[in-house]
Amino acid sequence: MRRTLVLTMHALSQLGHTTLLPDLPGQNDSLTKTQDVTLSLWRDALADITAKEAVPLLIASWRGGALIDDAAVNAIGWWRMAPLAGASIVKTLIRVRIAGEKEAGRTVTTDQLRGEIQNGPIELGGNRLSTAMLNELDAASPAVVAPLRTVELIEVPGSALWLRAEPGEDSAMAKAMAANISDWAMQCAAG
Amino acid sequence: MADDFDTIQETVRACLVDLLGLSRARVAAFDDNTPLFGALPELDSMAVATLLTELEDRLGISIDDDDVDVEMFETFGALVRFAAAKALN
Repeated sequence: MRRTLVLTMHALSQLGHTTLLPDLPGQNDSLTKTQDVTLSLWRDALADITAKEAVPLLIASWRGGALIDDAAVNAIGWWRMAPLAGASIVKTLIRVRIAGEKEAGRTVTTDQLRGEIQNGPIELGGNRLSTAMLNELDAASPAVVAPLRTVELIEVPGSALWLRAEPGEDSAMAKAMAANISDWAMQCAAG
Repeated sequence: MADDFDTIQETVRACLVDLLGLSRARVAAFDDNTPLFGALPELDSMAVATLLTELEDRLGISIDDDDVDVEMFETFGALVRFAAAKALN
Protein backbone atom coordinates (compact mmCIF):
# COMPACT_ATOMS: atom_id res chain seq x y z
CA MET A 1 0.00 0.00 0.00
CA ARG A 2 2.78 2.41 0.92
CA ARG A 3 4.39 1.82 -2.49
CA THR A 4 1.15 2.81 -4.18
CA LEU A 5 1.02 5.92 -2.00
CA VAL A 6 4.52 6.83 -3.15
CA LEU A 7 3.41 6.35 -6.78
CA THR A 8 0.45 8.62 -6.02
CA MET A 9 2.88 11.21 -4.71
CA HIS A 10 4.99 10.98 -7.88
CA ALA A 11 1.87 11.47 -9.97
CA LEU A 12 0.85 14.47 -7.83
CA SER A 13 4.28 15.96 -8.29
CA GLN A 14 3.87 15.68 -12.07
CA LEU A 15 0.62 17.59 -11.65
CA GLY A 16 2.57 20.35 -9.91
CA HIS A 17 1.88 19.56 -6.25
CA THR A 18 4.38 19.20 -3.43
CA THR A 19 3.56 16.26 -1.19
CA LEU A 20 4.63 14.96 2.18
CA LEU A 21 4.12 11.45 3.56
CA PRO A 22 4.94 11.76 7.26
CA ASP A 23 6.42 8.95 9.36
CA LEU A 24 4.24 9.02 12.44
CA PRO A 25 5.62 7.74 15.78
CA GLY A 26 6.24 3.99 15.54
CA GLN A 27 6.29 3.95 11.74
CA ASN A 28 9.36 3.24 9.61
CA ASP A 29 12.48 4.93 11.06
CA SER A 30 10.72 6.32 14.12
CA LEU A 31 12.44 5.44 17.40
CA THR A 32 9.09 5.11 19.18
CA LYS A 33 8.16 1.51 19.94
CA THR A 34 4.95 0.35 18.31
CA GLN A 35 3.58 -0.63 21.71
CA ASP A 36 3.99 2.96 22.90
CA VAL A 37 1.91 4.37 20.06
CA THR A 38 -1.58 5.72 20.66
CA LEU A 39 -4.00 7.54 18.41
CA SER A 40 -3.54 10.69 20.55
CA LEU A 41 0.22 10.49 19.99
CA TRP A 42 -0.39 10.29 16.24
CA ARG A 43 -2.82 13.20 16.39
CA ASP A 44 -0.27 15.33 18.25
CA ALA A 45 2.45 14.36 15.76
CA LEU A 46 0.24 15.25 12.82
CA ALA A 47 -0.60 18.61 14.39
CA ASP A 48 3.14 19.29 14.91
CA ILE A 49 4.12 18.24 11.38
CA THR A 50 1.40 20.25 9.68
CA ALA A 51 2.02 23.31 11.90
CA LYS A 52 5.54 23.52 10.42
CA GLU A 53 4.21 23.94 6.88
CA ALA A 54 3.70 27.54 5.84
CA VAL A 55 1.66 26.67 2.75
CA PRO A 56 -2.03 25.68 2.58
CA LEU A 57 -2.39 21.92 2.94
CA LEU A 58 -4.82 19.41 1.56
CA ILE A 59 -4.88 16.45 3.94
CA ALA A 60 -5.33 13.11 2.15
CA SER A 61 -5.99 10.00 4.22
CA TRP A 62 -6.65 6.36 3.49
CA ARG A 63 -8.79 4.09 5.67
CA GLY A 64 -7.96 4.54 9.35
CA GLY A 65 -6.00 7.70 8.55
CA ALA A 66 -9.39 9.41 8.63
CA LEU A 67 -9.43 8.82 12.41
CA ILE A 68 -6.65 11.36 12.97
CA ASP A 69 -6.75 13.66 9.92
CA ASP A 70 -8.81 16.34 11.70
CA ALA A 71 -5.79 17.01 13.96
CA ALA A 72 -3.96 18.60 11.01
CA VAL A 73 -3.59 22.38 11.09
CA ASN A 74 -3.19 24.75 8.13
CA ALA A 75 -5.60 22.55 6.17
CA ILE A 76 -7.69 24.03 3.38
CA GLY A 77 -9.47 20.75 2.83
CA TRP A 78 -9.60 17.03 3.42
CA TRP A 79 -9.69 14.03 1.10
CA ARG A 80 -10.51 10.54 2.38
CA MET A 81 -10.31 7.20 0.67
CA ALA A 82 -12.63 4.50 2.04
CA PRO A 83 -12.63 5.78 5.65
CA LEU A 84 -13.80 3.42 8.36
CA ALA A 85 -14.55 3.36 12.06
CA GLY A 86 -11.78 2.32 14.41
CA ALA A 87 -14.01 -0.41 15.87
CA SER A 88 -13.95 -2.18 12.48
CA ILE A 89 -10.16 -2.15 12.51
CA VAL A 90 -10.04 -3.66 16.01
CA LYS A 91 -12.59 -6.30 15.05
CA THR A 92 -10.55 -7.33 12.01
CA LEU A 93 -7.34 -7.48 14.03
CA ILE A 94 -9.03 -9.75 16.57
CA ARG A 95 -10.47 -12.01 13.84
CA VAL A 96 -7.12 -12.31 12.10
CA ARG A 97 -5.50 -13.28 15.41
CA ILE A 98 -8.20 -15.90 16.08
CA ALA A 99 -7.72 -17.31 12.57
CA GLY A 100 -3.94 -17.43 13.04
CA GLU A 101 -4.29 -19.24 16.36
CA LYS A 102 -6.70 -21.70 14.78
CA GLU A 103 -4.16 -22.49 12.05
CA ALA A 104 -1.62 -23.18 14.79
CA GLY A 105 -4.11 -25.55 16.43
CA ARG A 106 -5.04 -23.24 19.32
CA THR A 107 -8.43 -21.88 20.19
CA VAL A 108 -8.93 -18.37 21.50
CA THR A 109 -12.18 -16.45 21.69
CA THR A 110 -13.02 -12.83 21.05
CA ASP A 111 -13.82 -12.44 24.76
CA GLN A 112 -10.43 -13.80 25.78
CA LEU A 113 -8.64 -11.42 23.45
CA ARG A 114 -10.79 -8.48 24.56
CA GLY A 115 -9.72 -9.38 28.11
CA GLU A 116 -6.05 -9.54 27.11
CA ILE A 117 -6.34 -6.15 25.46
CA GLN A 118 -7.26 -4.62 28.81
CA ASN A 119 -4.16 -6.16 30.41
CA GLY A 120 -1.41 -4.51 28.49
CA PRO A 121 0.26 -4.82 25.11
CA ILE A 122 -1.06 -7.61 22.92
CA GLU A 123 0.16 -8.84 19.57
CA LEU A 124 -2.41 -8.21 16.84
CA GLY A 125 -1.76 -8.15 13.12
CA GLY A 126 1.98 -8.58 13.69
CA ASN A 127 2.28 -5.55 15.99
CA ARG A 128 2.37 -5.20 19.76
CA LEU A 129 -0.39 -2.74 20.52
CA SER A 130 -1.15 -1.08 23.83
CA THR A 131 -4.39 -1.11 25.77
CA ALA A 132 -4.63 2.64 25.26
CA MET A 133 -4.20 2.37 21.48
CA LEU A 134 -6.83 -0.34 21.12
CA ASN A 135 -9.32 1.43 23.40
CA GLU A 136 -8.82 4.68 21.51
CA LEU A 137 -9.23 2.89 18.18
CA ASP A 138 -12.36 1.12 19.34
CA ALA A 139 -13.98 4.46 20.19
CA ALA A 140 -12.73 6.46 17.19
CA SER A 141 -14.76 7.53 14.16
CA PRO A 142 -13.76 9.87 11.36
CA ALA A 143 -14.42 13.41 12.58
CA VAL A 144 -16.62 15.89 10.76
CA VAL A 145 -14.29 18.12 8.73
CA ALA A 146 -14.95 20.59 5.93
CA PRO A 147 -14.46 20.92 3.08
CA LEU A 148 -14.25 17.16 2.63
CA ARG A 149 -14.33 14.85 -0.40
CA THR A 150 -14.78 11.18 0.43
CA VAL A 151 -13.84 8.73 -2.30
CA GLU A 152 -14.98 5.13 -2.20
CA LEU A 153 -13.12 2.33 -3.90
CA ILE A 154 -15.76 1.95 -6.57
CA GLU A 155 -14.93 5.45 -7.88
CA VAL A 156 -11.36 4.67 -8.92
CA PRO A 157 -9.89 1.84 -10.97
CA GLY A 158 -8.10 -0.52 -8.63
CA SER A 159 -8.83 -2.60 -5.58
CA ALA A 160 -8.45 -2.59 -1.82
CA LEU A 161 -4.69 -3.05 -1.58
CA TRP A 162 -4.90 -2.43 2.17
CA LEU A 163 -6.82 -5.66 2.65
CA ARG A 164 -4.10 -7.85 1.16
CA ALA A 165 -1.20 -9.65 2.70
CA GLU A 166 0.92 -8.93 -0.39
CA PRO A 167 -0.50 -5.77 -1.93
CA GLY A 168 2.14 -5.16 -4.58
CA GLU A 169 1.56 -1.83 -6.30
CA ASP A 170 -1.02 -0.40 -8.67
CA SER A 171 0.15 2.49 -10.82
CA ALA A 172 -3.18 3.00 -12.61
CA MET A 173 -4.90 3.34 -9.25
CA ALA A 174 -2.17 5.72 -8.06
CA LYS A 175 -2.64 7.94 -11.12
CA ALA A 176 -6.42 8.00 -10.69
CA MET A 177 -6.14 8.86 -6.99
CA ALA A 178 -3.60 11.59 -7.76
CA ALA A 179 -5.91 13.13 -10.39
CA ASN A 180 -8.80 13.04 -7.93
CA ILE A 181 -6.75 14.57 -5.09
CA SER A 182 -5.37 17.25 -7.42
CA ASP A 183 -8.84 18.17 -8.63
CA TRP A 184 -10.11 18.51 -5.08
CA ALA A 185 -7.04 20.45 -3.96
CA MET A 186 -7.61 22.98 -6.76
CA GLN A 187 -11.27 23.33 -5.80
CA CYS A 188 -10.38 23.84 -2.13
CA ALA A 189 -7.66 26.35 -3.03
CA ALA A 190 -10.12 28.29 -5.17
CA GLY A 191 -12.30 28.49 -2.07
CA MET B 1 -28.40 -2.00 4.84
CA ALA B 2 -28.40 -3.83 1.53
CA ASP B 3 -31.93 -5.00 0.98
CA ASP B 4 -32.12 -7.14 -2.10
CA PHE B 5 -30.46 -10.36 -3.08
CA ASP B 6 -28.78 -9.06 -6.24
CA THR B 7 -27.17 -6.13 -4.43
CA ILE B 8 -25.89 -8.49 -1.76
CA GLN B 9 -24.51 -10.88 -4.35
CA GLU B 10 -22.71 -8.03 -6.13
CA THR B 11 -21.33 -6.73 -2.83
CA VAL B 12 -19.91 -10.17 -2.05
CA ARG B 13 -18.32 -10.22 -5.52
CA ALA B 14 -16.81 -6.76 -4.99
CA CYS B 15 -15.36 -7.84 -1.64
CA LEU B 16 -13.72 -10.88 -3.23
CA VAL B 17 -12.21 -8.75 -6.01
CA ASP B 18 -10.90 -6.15 -3.57
CA LEU B 19 -9.68 -8.54 -0.95
CA LEU B 20 -8.14 -11.28 -3.04
CA GLY B 21 -6.95 -9.27 -6.01
CA LEU B 22 -8.86 -11.51 -8.43
CA SER B 23 -9.90 -9.98 -11.73
CA ARG B 24 -13.38 -8.53 -11.98
CA ALA B 25 -14.07 -10.68 -15.04
CA ARG B 26 -13.14 -13.85 -13.20
CA VAL B 27 -15.29 -13.05 -10.17
CA ALA B 28 -18.17 -11.93 -12.39
CA ALA B 29 -18.28 -15.49 -13.73
CA PHE B 30 -18.64 -17.05 -10.27
CA ASP B 31 -21.92 -18.92 -9.87
CA ASP B 32 -23.61 -20.73 -6.99
CA ASN B 33 -21.39 -23.76 -7.35
CA THR B 34 -18.02 -22.06 -7.77
CA PRO B 35 -15.82 -23.46 -5.00
CA LEU B 36 -14.06 -20.88 -2.82
CA PHE B 37 -12.26 -22.08 0.30
CA GLY B 38 -9.66 -24.64 -0.75
CA ALA B 39 -10.04 -23.73 -4.43
CA LEU B 40 -8.73 -20.16 -4.23
CA PRO B 41 -5.24 -20.12 -2.71
CA GLU B 42 -5.71 -16.39 -2.04
CA LEU B 43 -8.58 -17.15 0.34
CA ASP B 44 -6.72 -18.33 3.43
CA SER B 45 -8.05 -18.09 6.96
CA MET B 46 -6.51 -14.63 7.42
CA ALA B 47 -8.31 -13.40 4.32
CA VAL B 48 -11.53 -14.93 5.64
CA ALA B 49 -11.14 -12.93 8.86
CA THR B 50 -10.78 -9.71 6.90
CA LEU B 51 -13.59 -10.63 4.52
CA LEU B 52 -16.04 -10.97 7.43
CA THR B 53 -15.44 -7.43 8.66
CA GLU B 54 -15.56 -6.07 5.13
CA LEU B 55 -18.95 -7.75 4.55
CA GLU B 56 -20.23 -6.33 7.84
CA ASP B 57 -19.20 -2.81 6.85
CA ARG B 58 -20.47 -2.95 3.28
CA LEU B 59 -23.76 -4.72 4.01
CA GLY B 60 -24.48 -3.06 7.34
CA ILE B 61 -24.74 -6.43 9.07
CA SER B 62 -23.24 -7.91 12.20
CA ILE B 63 -21.68 -11.36 12.10
CA ASP B 64 -21.29 -13.30 15.32
CA ASP B 65 -18.04 -15.26 15.17
CA ASP B 66 -19.89 -18.25 16.59
CA ASP B 67 -22.02 -18.34 13.42
CA VAL B 68 -18.99 -18.68 11.21
CA ASP B 69 -18.09 -22.10 9.94
CA VAL B 70 -16.10 -23.41 7.04
CA GLU B 71 -19.17 -24.53 5.08
CA MET B 72 -20.23 -20.97 4.35
CA PHE B 73 -17.01 -20.46 2.42
CA GLU B 74 -17.24 -23.68 0.43
CA THR B 75 -18.96 -22.14 -2.57
CA PHE B 76 -19.79 -18.67 -3.80
CA GLY B 77 -23.49 -19.51 -3.48
CA ALA B 78 -23.09 -20.54 0.17
CA LEU B 79 -21.30 -17.30 1.02
CA VAL B 80 -23.94 -15.17 -0.70
CA ARG B 81 -26.73 -17.08 1.06
CA PHE B 82 -25.05 -16.54 4.43
CA ALA B 83 -24.67 -12.80 3.75
CA ALA B 84 -28.24 -12.55 2.47
CA ALA B 85 -29.64 -14.37 5.50
CA LYS B 86 -27.95 -11.77 7.73
CA ALA B 87 -28.82 -8.75 5.62
CA LEU B 88 -32.42 -9.63 4.79
CA ASN B 89 -33.27 -10.81 8.27
